[in-house]
Amino acid sequence: MFRFVTKRLLEIIPILFLVTIFIFLFVHLIPGDPARLVAGIDATNEDVEVVRKELGLDKPLHTQYFTYMGNLLQGDFGTSLKTKRPVIEEIGSRFMPTFWLTLWSMVWAVIVGLLIGAISATKRNKWQDYFGMFGAVSGLSMPSFWLGLMLIQIFAVTLGWLPTGGLDSWKSYILPAFTLGTGVAAVIARFTRSSLMDVLKEDYIRTGRSKGLTERKIVWGHGLRNAMIPVVTMTGLQFGFLLGGSVVIETVFSWPGVGKLLIDSVSYRDYPIIQTEMLLFAVEFILINLIVDLLYGILNPQIRYE
Amino acid sequence: MKELQIDRREEYERLSLETVKVKTPISEFWRKFRKQKLALVSFFFVLFLITMAIIGPSIVPYEITEPDYDNILSGPSAEHWAGTDAFGRDIFSRIIAGTQISLFVGLVSVLLGAVGGTVLGILSGYYGKWVDRVIMRICDVLLAFPGILLAIGIIAILGPGLGNVIVAVAIFSIPIFARIVRSSTLSVKSTLFVEATKSVGAKHNRIIWKHIFPGTVSSIIVYFTMRIGSAILTAASLSFLGLGAQPPSPEWGAMLSGGRDYLNTSPHVTFFPGIAIFVTVLAFNLLGDGLRDALDPKIEE
Repeated sequence: MFRFVTKRLLEIIPILFLVTIFIFLFVHLIPGDPARLVAGIDATNEDVEVVRKELGLDKPLHTQYFTYMGNLLQGDFGTSLKTKRPVIEEIGSRFMPTFWLTLWSMVWAVIVGLLIGAISATKRNKWQDYFGMFGAVSGLSMPSFWLGLMLIQIFAVTLGWLPTGGLDSWKSYILPAFTLGTGVAAVIARFTRSSLMDVLKEDYIRTGRSKGLTERKIVWGHGLRNAMIPVVTMTGLQFGFLLGGSVVIETVFSWPGVGKLLIDSVSYRDYPIIQTEMLLFAVEFILINLIVDLLYGILNPQIRYE
Repeated sequence: MKELQIDRREEYERLSLETVKVKTPISEFWRKFRKQKLALVSFFFVLFLITMAIIGPSIVPYEITEPDYDNILSGPSAEHWAGTDAFGRDIFSRIIAGTQISLFVGLVSVLLGAVGGTVLGILSGYYGKWVDRVIMRICDVLLAFPGILLAIGIIAILGPGLGNVIVAVAIFSIPIFARIVRSSTLSVKSTLFVEATKSVGAKHNRIIWKHIFPGTVSSIIVYFTMRIGSAILTAASLSFLGLGAQPPSPEWGAMLSGGRDYLNTSPHVTFFPGIAIFVTVLAFNLLGDGLRDALDPKIEE
């Protein structure tokens, strides 16, 4: 197990390295002169040169990269072009609302997804299966921003039960978390169904049946537990879709999170914020997948000895 | 000699048609596909959408960009099936005209992604070694920016606009196609017939084009269809966020975004474009599911 963990940790390093290069090059990929972008449209040529010196943009590319990495490691992510405040402050206060939103979305999506998938697999080709799977493919095909707006219209505007947006109390989480999790619940349901159907064909299930175990014990005890192994990996990947989806959902629900900040920054071309957010999302995604892989190692003893 | 050969072939064809029912891969595929009613319906719906994309803009009952200030935000009626928007434009006509945009963005971006991903995937799987490592690392980096985020990052570099959305969605499809094609390349590469072709001295180029690529086609087709749905969704999301198509374009995501301000009083402005996106994506997803079930030999009936 220790070797497995070390191996996975070591694998992350080159990817993180390449991700930082990609994000560093970001500024240089934007058409036009980054120094002019920072200085503003009205700046004179002298102003632009001053900014270029200040930001070190006159130095060779590799020197710039080392400076960038050095700053990153010291927690210096630059200054927002729009508010002139440090990026870390701008993002710091908005990180937790996004984190909780994605987490709650994941929690309900996993529970409901597993439940629908398991029911569909055991009631194969019955109405429960058709209903569940049609629901899943619909959830997958639904534009989340549209679903969010329709839910606001029904539950906030017409019925007045829940807030239309923002973050004031636990009630504020219900609509955005439901909207954000729908697609993921659909994917997990489809995946659980096919995984559980494969498992239920295995010999040990037949053994279980022949020794007279109840169907419930077979499905929920033996079947689902083994079917969970590929589902866990899938769930880790789905976290990525949640992180991406949060950008859209936060815009719909005026959520005070990092996703909404990203969209606002793209229209303002506030690239220090964009860069840091891209890095944040990538690192978060890589870490979640690491945790999932470790979990996978615990669930599946075969992996540990490889 | 030549005549004899032709005669023989005709003979065989006649025989195979009359006496033995030969199971060609295509007839086998069609037999399995036909059984899936939902996929079949979706197939015809996609054909209908393609027709609408071609002739739609010329058959719509109302002018799609011309404002009509006497008919602002009126609800669905006999004259305006889906009501009118904040400029009095007929929403139904705009949705029909917008089919073209969504299908074009979906098809072109996935096509670009599929071509790029297939080339990279075959190179990676066929040549292995450092080629494989370099290509797979690039894919890892691209996939480290999950979902729509990579597309947003690319838009941040290129600037907003529908053309850039196509590029962004294409780039974001490349690593996924590359991985899928790589894994089917690996399995085709290890088959006996490729081994045999190699042993008689066939060139790499020939092996790739004649044997490896055809072996990966079915997984490409399935994924291609499924990907179109999510590409349409992604493009609509980007337009909704103001990063894609700009008003007054009748792109569905942009139309929906334009209706947000009138959600309280006129929810139909957001409702109908959303339904259009939903039904279109659903059709492509169901079609993709059907193709997968019909093309995957592992799935039994």
